[in-house]
Amino acid sequence: MSASSDTHNTLSGEEPTRRDFIHIFGASVAAVGVIGVAVPLVDQMNPDASVLALSTKEVDLSGVPVGQAVKVMWQGKPVFIRHRTGEEIKQAEETPLSALKDPIARNDNLPGKDDAEDKNRVINPAWVVVVGVCTHLGCVPLGTSQGESRGDFDGWFCPCHGSHYDVAGRIRKGPAPENLLVPPYQFLTDTTIRIG
Amino acid sequence: MSHESTYKPGTAIERWLDKRLPIIRLGYDSFVDFPTPKNLNYWWTFGGILAVCLVIQILTGVILAMHYTPNSALAFNSVEHIMRDVNYGWLMRYVHANGASMFFLAVYIHMFRGLFYGSYKEPREMLWILGVVIFLLMMATAFMGYVLPWGQMSYWGATVITNILGAIPVLGESIRTLLWGGPSVDNPTLNRFFSLHYLLPFAIAGVVVLHVWALHIPGNNNPAGIPVKDVKKDTVPFHPYYTVKDGFAIAAFLVLFSLFVFYGPNTLGHPDNYIEANPLSTPAHIVPEWYFLPFYAILRAITFNIGPITSKLGGVIAMFGAIAVLFVLPWLDTSKVRSMRYRPTAQLWFYLFVIDCLALGYLGSQPAEGKFVMMAQIATAYYFLFFLVILPLLGLFEKPKPQPRSIAESVLKPHQSDAGIAVQPAE
Repeated sequence: MSASSDTHNTLSGEEPTRRDFIHIFGASVAAVGVIGVAVPLVDQMNPDASVLALSTKEVDLSGVPVGQAVKVMWQGKPVFIRHRTGEEIKQAEETPLSALKDPIARNDNLPGKDDAEDKNRVINPAWVVVVGVCTHLGCVPLGTSQGESRGDFDGWFCPCHGSHYDVAGRIRKGPAPENLLVPPYQFLTDTTIRIG
Repeated sequence: MSHESTYKPGTAIERWLDKRLPIIRLGYDSFVDFPTPKNLNYWWTFGGILAVCLVIQILTGVILAMHYTPNSALAFNSVEHIMRDVNYGWLMRYVHANGASMFFLAVYIHMFRGLFYGSYKEPREMLWILGVVIFLLMMATAFMGYVLPWGQMSYWGATVITNILGAIPVLGESIRTLLWGGPSVDNPTLNRFFSLHYLLPFAIAGVVVLHVWALHIPGNNNPAGIPVKDVKKDTVPFHPYYTVKDGFAIAAFLVLFSLFVFYGPNTLGHPDNYIEANPLSTPAHIVPEWYFLPFYAILRAITFNIGPITSKLGGVIAMFGAIAVLFVLPWLDTSKVRSMRYRPTAQLWFYLFVIDCLALGYLGSQPAEGKFVMMAQIATAYYFLFFLVILPLLGLFEKPKPQPRSIAESVLKPHQSDAGIAVQPAE
């Protein structure tokens, strides 16, 4: 019998019995079994292989003129890509950190928690790439298509609860707590990027 | 209340069965010869009405599932297929969709009834708590059901509500991913919501059995709020007295139900849900179904950070807190007097609370800007003050009116304050 005999036997001064064995054995199997069953039952709810396979997307930027923007789908979410004008770049670069509600870059391409300066929000300053999901409750902000409201800071405006983002996708006004997320992406050529 | 069984098996078959599975005895003792206070008014008929609502929802729901396709590419069209092609499909769907509204209408009245007459007080705490559990399950079921037609409000409602869960510290993001089954609301989300939407009503039915069990141990509360002293004088058998009274109320309720189904089937719905879900375009105003509006208003009322708690998390805490506070209500109300019929001061606060809930509902439907924000904050503050401050203190300071000595006496000499809530004692 096992060396870890329980207190019951120690008190009565008897050797472990077959009854002790089935108690300990039964409880151990039950404990391991509960965990063993729970893991697959819960994990099947996580994103499956077919969903994960769609995790990257290549986008050709050559058709986006300066001053305009496009919306592409990546992982079921919209991604905004804006071709900024020189003036917009200047405006974004000159915004002081103190004017930002969220001073963190929120850039998946940078390892740490860098400041949300414009240079930490872009790879090539001409192109802003952000996930088009409002950080408040997940609506899609307006401002990508022509004619839509771009908000008070010339970037994006979320119609659900009134969050205003600037031309670098940083939250400036409204209930959203964070800047629009910059997804992981890289320039494959001067006019092609791969998101994801 | 628990009582001696009076069932006498009449036939040989009944005697044979009674020795092996006394199921007829159980039904007889629970719903035929069950001693019920003789003074129950029409506010007490909503339990029966709710049972009917659950049966209607399960019946129409099982039928709809035979024709519906839980796939993000096909769901929206399959609902239109039900509306146009399936025989009586329009009826099944409109009954199911409006049935959800009727279910919540009845449950809110049922809960306000319990609140007014102190039905949550000793010895009925478990009965009340099980009721709140049913309410929570109803909310989860209704939320997931609303996602299934895969319209714009379905999609964006699901997005907003699941993002709310993302605000929970540490576990929030994982919970959200488990619900989504991907990086956003999509086909996997629709599939699992359909599965759970089919499952939860049966969970509700199970808790309803416990709810009825917990009711039959102490027996019904009653408008006078005093316990049964003499079964002969104070009670009547459930059948035929309350089967008939409940039956009449159910019929009247079904008239209202039919008015919606046949004359305004989309009155309570949102027109945007007849636009197929589009992940690239958010509707101008995302509003939940009417029965969630008060809680939506509470969620959005917290627009400020409280120390380390962000406004987003604060809203989530307030919204869940608004329901959590109901669980501890039996211990918050310090008054020994059950029925507010004899608590004139508590009555005023109660009516103000009803108005407050209606106001929260209205504010939840309005955009969260300008004066509406401040109004929602005041209404939210009163909601919590009522439970956490007013009810505990009232019990200590108010002077209740004298209560009748027995239920029989309260029926024979109705108290003057009965007029307050239009009570007609049962004959």
